[in-house]
Amino acid sequence: MERTEIESKLTDLLVDELGIERDDIRADATFEEDLDVDSLGVVELLMALEDNFGVKIPDEEAEQITTVGEAIDLVEKKLNA
Amino acid sequence: MNDRRVVVTGLGTVNPVAGDVESTWRGLLDGTSGVGPITSIEASDLPSQIAGEITDFDIEAFMPRRQARRMDRYAQLFWVAAREALGDSGIAYEPDDPAAYRAGVVVGSGIGGVTTFEEEVTTLLEVGPHRLSPFGIPKIIANLAGGQISIDFNLYGPNTTAVTACAASANAIGDAAAIIQRGAADVMLAGGADAAITRLAMGGFAQARALSTRNDDPQGASRPFDAGRDGFVMAEGAAALVLEEREHALERGATVYAEVVGYGMSADGYHVTLPRPGGDGAARAMQSALDDAGIAAEQVSYINAHGTSTAANDVTETMAIKTVFGDHAYRVPISSTKSMTGHLLGGAGAVEAVASVLAIRDGIVPPTINLTDPDPECDLDYVPGEARTVDVQYAMSNSFGFGGHNVVLVFSSQ
Repeated sequence: MERTEIESKLTDLLVDELGIERDDIRADATFEEDLDVDSLGVVELLMALEDNFGVKIPDEEAEQITTVGEAIDLVEKKLNA
Repeated sequence: MNDRRVVVTGLGTVNPVAGDVESTWRGLLDGTSGVGPITSIEASDLPSQIAGEITDFDIEAFMPRRQARRMDRYAQLFWVAAREALGDSGIAYEPDDPAAYRAGVVVGSGIGGVTTFEEEVTTLLEVGPHRLSPFGIPKIIANLAGGQISIDFNLYGPNTTAVTACAASANAIGDAAAIIQRGAADVMLAGGADAAITRLAMGGFAQARALSTRNDDPQGASRPFDAGRDGFVMAEGAAALVLEEREHALERGATVYAEVVGYGMSADGYHVTLPRPGGDGAARAMQSALDDAGIAAEQVSYINAHGTSTAANDVTETMAIKTVFGDHAYRVPISSTKSMTGHLLGGAGAVEAVASVLAIRDGIVPPTINLTDPDPECDLDYVPGEARTVDVQYAMSNSFGFGGHNVVLVFSSQ
């Protein structure tokens, strides 16, 4: 999957599943501060990533994600592994 | 007697009759039924296929979707009722407002987030624990309606939940008033909600033989005190009241609807779902509420009955009223607004408290509809069919729940 495709799919997930405003979503936006996603929202995000990209994200790797760009990086790495 | 008196300064409700207080009140006085065929779930294999549904409820008109999806429907309904009640009273706190630490919440709910419970159990069985929602537990638990209100409306005082089935929101109101009386808060939002039109709840209550199966006549199915009654009609919804220490309310120039003067409780100690025959438990709760109010039974000018339309309740409640009121039982107007709203379970007591308070305000009592052929054992004045002008000084509201919980509130005009 191309990075741009991951990016657009992730953006849709954040809008549809987590109810985040599309305009707020940028690669450097942090989930916690910029997008107001709390710890429960992060769990929901990970479940959505796993479901929609067919990848498995262990908790220790999930904890490293703080921005939208890092989430894209991780999914890309998983898909290409 | 305590010198801290408690008054009602705000009302809110969303229920099958209407989505706000004044429309609900007009509907109740007009004898409008909120009951219809079930549309929100698959009901074709359920014994009871009718309910008081809120078909036009749009939570996203009140909050962003991302917030709404973290709340079960019961909590969403309560949130909307609470918003109306707080707005009506003029109570609003900014974060960290010192006064907000003297304001709290008591909510009643019979079952809490049963919709979510069903969804999560389905996920657990069909997919597995790794796909359970992180919001599942907070959506299921019955105290989250109150927790959410404290978060969104900045009410930092006492916050608790009553879970006494169909008496839950009457307990919430009584407990909230007591919290103000003993000085632990000046303002309390009290009420309750349930949203149990789900397959689990509808199927389970039917197995307990509690629900009407008059599926071909939805609006005639809730018929309290009528010989043709065959069970209660499930309904969803919420109501909330702002209770306030009287001096606090007067100082800020709040509109006062009524005073909360009596709160009585008892337990039947008899059976999980059936009332004690003869109504001794209900009678003791009524007497206890009168004693708490310091009034004689003859002073009560309206009773909003529990009046569920079940075979057992309506006879037992009638006997209990006779025990407590003697000859006055035959003179005092009694009505069951459940004939129109259906039975909101944990939301019922609060909706009926709203009706009782408005009966005091307007000097008119709502009717019991569908009472065309009274049960011979139900021989009191249930205000059949038409609302009636009554100068209501003291109104009593009865609420009884599975488990044998009997809760009675008395409101008075100022």
